[in-house]
Amino acid sequence: MTEKKKMNSSAIQRRLIPSYIFLIIICFISVFPIYWMLTAATNTSYEVSQGKIWFGTHAIENYKVLLERADATLNMSGGKGLWKIMANSFVYSGVQTVLCIFICSLAGFGFELYHDKKKDALFGVLLLAMMIPGVATLIPLFRMVSSLKMLNTVFAFIIPGISTPFMIMMFRQNSRNFPIDIMEAARLDGLSEIAIFFRMYMPVMKSTYAAAAVITFMNAWNAYMWPRAVMADNRAATMQMMIANLAGGYTVDYGVLMMGVLFCSIPTMVIFFVLQKQFAEGITGSVK
Amino acid sequence: MNKKSGVQRKQEVWGWTFLAPATILIFIMSFWPMVQAFIMSLKKGPASNMVWQEPIFKNYTRILQDKTFLTSMGNTFLYLIIEVPIMLILAILLAQILNNRDLKFRGLFRTMVFMPCAVSLVSYALIFKSLFATQGLVNSVLYNLYIIDDNINWLGQTATARAVIIMGLIWRWTGYNMVFYLAGLQNIEYSVYEAAKIDGANGWKSFWNITVPLLRPVIVMTFIMSINGTLQLFDESVNLTNGGPSNTTITMSHYIWNQSLGVGVAKFGYASAMAFVVFIMVGILAFINLKVGDSRD
Repeated sequence: MTEKKKMNSSAIQRRLIPSYIFLIIICFISVFPIYWMLTAATNTSYEVSQGKIWFGTHAIENYKVLLERADATLNMSGGKGLWKIMANSFVYSGVQTVLCIFICSLAGFGFELYHDKKKDALFGVLLLAMMIPGVATLIPLFRMVSSLKMLNTVFAFIIPGISTPFMIMMFRQNSRNFPIDIMEAARLDGLSEIAIFFRMYMPVMKSTYAAAAVITFMNAWNAYMWPRAVMADNRAATMQMMIANLAGGYTVDYGVLMMGVLFCSIPTMVIFFVLQKQFAEGITGSVK
Repeated sequence: MNKKSGVQRKQEVWGWTFLAPATILIFIMSFWPMVQAFIMSLKKGPASNMVWQEPIFKNYTRILQDKTFLTSMGNTFLYLIIEVPIMLILAILLAQILNNRDLKFRGLFRTMVFMPCAVSLVSYALIFKSLFATQGLVNSVLYNLYIIDDNINWLGQTATARAVIIMGLIWRWTGYNMVFYLAGLQNIEYSVYEAAKIDGANGWKSFWNITVPLLRPVIVMTFIMSINGTLQLFDESVNLTNGGPSNTTITMSHYIWNQSLGVGVAKFGYASAMAFVVFIMVGILAFINLKVGDSRD
């Protein structure tokens, strides 16, 4: 019996050989550029252009040049520039994440658990905002932020990203699983509506919050067009802007450039490997 | 009776209060700017002192004669027609293969296919730029395999530069779309596949007869998202090719940027008109997609 089962499974595995080959090729293509980025960060620009694909010994030199380049653009010294830019990216993305998941979860809570025809219709209108391209609102929003004298501030960075239809939809859809009966019970116990949100909704919706936080942080960290418009002062720059500038000169030092890309990718890589499940949930959001 | 409706009214007020901040923000940050963009698209002159364009739709008629914008539009549709189908078919195939419970190392394979999503758009554009540089790895591999005798200037020629952008897009977004399909496949009872197998359906048959029809809503959604994303391409155009050679790979968002916030020029009126055209194209394509997706019922 077990013998037969084994044979069966090895027959199945044999049938899957084309699938394995296909997957291995795709996985190689997927991973290789990232692997190459890591190796290039440890090689000299010359070695990179010679087609070297193994790790080298130039990592520390590349890192030092990266620090100098960052210092030069920020008029700082002692390698503080790079860390200032890293801190910028962390602060902007962190603030945006906290505000976004708070505002959007509050709205998702309101739209789903207090829903009526008017609110459903309003939600439909908000969804239309998903179709508005970033480039279409770029100029009016830029003028607005600049007339408020808020350019190069956290406010400018976060303002278009703290309330998005996607996030509201995610919380609204996921709120369907929230047990409404316990809300009634809580009301009878004298809990106010705000207390229900903070003390019952937030703990119950933990996993949605985690997914929403991961995806918002990633999006904020990776944002490029809007920050480039409103954070033009070098001291307010983000990591994305810095690495884009590294590639801008006439002669590009590929080792240093890839070291910059590596620094820019560390937080997102860590999130990817540690919180992959939440990341995948955050991407699919409301597809259920 | 009266008292109960009082409680209900109080709850209703709370409901509105909860959704008010997000709603107001979307109106200020998305809808109102669209109105402003439209008004601005009918104007001309410096940002501080814009006056009505004469005739009023001149910015729009000017678009039709703007060769660079037409090129950028052509590029967008080229990327759309070539990249989106390849990427989505690849993503569905991968999802179908990875959904097979007999497959070993599923988690590992899934992680690897998904990994490009861990890299930002600017980062991957720079990685591809380096890989396809004249002195880059791709050329040295091809040279050492005797496929080419001389380095190809990938990013310096229109056709190859466009090809590199398309390859980059496929690389970055296939795993992303696969995640949607995997989530969608989880809603299909796995026993359906097992029953099909017992009935003698092979992989291809169950792919066409089970996976594709049942995933249709997800496919429509990923299509809309991909169209939306392609019409808004910016990071790749700026960082991979910088729109070059001579603006032949430029995307619409990149060109609008150059005309408004780019160095030296601030043609806010004209740029707004182009941005409004992009907005209308996104809307039309999404609408067509929804209609096509629905009508097959």
